[in-house]
Amino acid sequence: MISPAIKALLWRDLTLARKQGDGLGAALGFILAVIVMVPIALGPDPILLQRLASGMMWLALLLAVLLTAERIFQSDFEDGSLDLMTMTNVPFELITLTKALAHWLTVSLPLALIAPPLALMLNVDSGTLPMLWLSMITGSLALSLLASLGGAIAAGLRRGGLLIAILILPLYIPVLIFGVATTTLMMGPQSAWPALLILLGITLLLLVVSPIACAAALRAYMR
Amino acid sequence: MQKFANPAVFLKLANAILPYLWLITAVLFALGLYGAFVTSPADYQQGESVRIMYIHVPASWIAMFAYALMAFASAIAIIFRHPLADAAAKTAAPIGAVFCFLALATGSIWGKPTWGTWWVWDARVTSMFILLLLYVGYIAIWQAIEEPHLAAAIARIVALVGSVILPVIKFSVDYWNTLHQASSIFKAGGPSIDPSMLWVLLVMVLAYTTLFLALHLVSLRTEIATRKLRSARLAEIRGN
Repeated sequence: MISPAIKALLWRDLTLARKQGDGLGAALGFILAVIVMVPIALGPDPILLQRLASGMMWLALLLAVLLTAERIFQSDFEDGSLDLMTMTNVPFELITLTKALAHWLTVSLPLALIAPPLALMLNVDSGTLPMLWLSMITGSLALSLLASLGGAIAAGLRRGGLLIAILILPLYIPVLIFGVATTTLMMGPQSAWPALLILLGITLLLLVVSPIACAAALRAYMR
Repeated sequence: MQKFANPAVFLKLANAILPYLWLITAVLFALGLYGAFVTSPADYQQGESVRIMYIHVPASWIAMFAYALMAFASAIAIIFRHPLADAAAKTAAPIGAVFCFLALATGSIWGKPTWGTWWVWDARVTSMFILLLLYVGYIAIWQAIEEPHLAAAIARIVALVGSVILPVIKFSVDYWNTLHQASSIFKAGGPSIDPSMLWVLLVMVLAYTTLFLALHLVSLRTEIATRKLRSARLAEIRGN
């Protein structure tokens, strides 16, 4: 069902990420820095930390993913691998989607998966923790898709980091709002499922929009 | 529309229209500002500060109109390869950003006496601020990429993705604020608007619209001249 080219590309990206490992390492370091610095900056009051915990976890994840956005397409663009990928019989949109998925599997998803112990360090309410975890895992795919969009738009630029931040941060807002809403809803009498489903819906929308826009931007650079 | 693809035809038309457009703008502004400062009454709750509305509401309207125009022009550029569409989108962005900033600034000045604070993370204020960020991102693309054709191609994508995601952002911000609504800020929503204020507001909206169109035409004219200058310089370099 999945074409061998896509499989090979996914395997290649996963291997590269495993051997280099700097993308995940930098992002992980960033999250740890936030988790350590937040209580020091705001004071160790457990009640205050509990109120801020899920928002802080989301913010840390979001900015850590943003940090790695520049690398998604840049090296492949610079060494010409991307040019070769356009010459396969696979639609280029599928290739950009595969690269976004590889980024999700190697950066965003691991970061979301290790969230629970870090959230406990911020004294998150243990009743809301499963929902926070679930929403972070769901939303991390949306974050990766948006990061790949930023990476594609800035692929040909020498210093695209700032540009990516300006372009992508507004687009991160819906993901952040509904991601945090799942846990804030759980603290009240309402059900958290609607927010989680909307988050899923946004992720699905991005699953369509992002690869197409990525492919269009990269094609423009390679022309 | 393809007829105006020729910049010379477009320039001729623009030059013919512009003096009248400026005249209409001046008349509308004179009428609107007279209404805003003289004939329209002060609000029974807000007092004289309600007059800020006449410059605030049209500005936010134009800020949204300019973004819609920018996205529409970008779509035209992709679909029909209309040569002026990219220039239209490019020139609409800074003007729209200025109106967006104006809406935020006047809103902030209006907010101090009426809400008691310069800034509130209210749904509307927040989504307007996000619109400003989107404008800044779009303008940054044109600044960051030197080659005009490449910049145009990337900018189209940014504008269109922005317009696809914008409803989602708007919806999510509304949702977010109603969840955390601070009821002390919006008590009554104010009385529905009186006719003596409404006509002034409508005239001001028209005045802002014609002002935007005039500025946009001038800006487009400049853009076309810049392009001509660039290609003339390139031809000169190649000739040597």
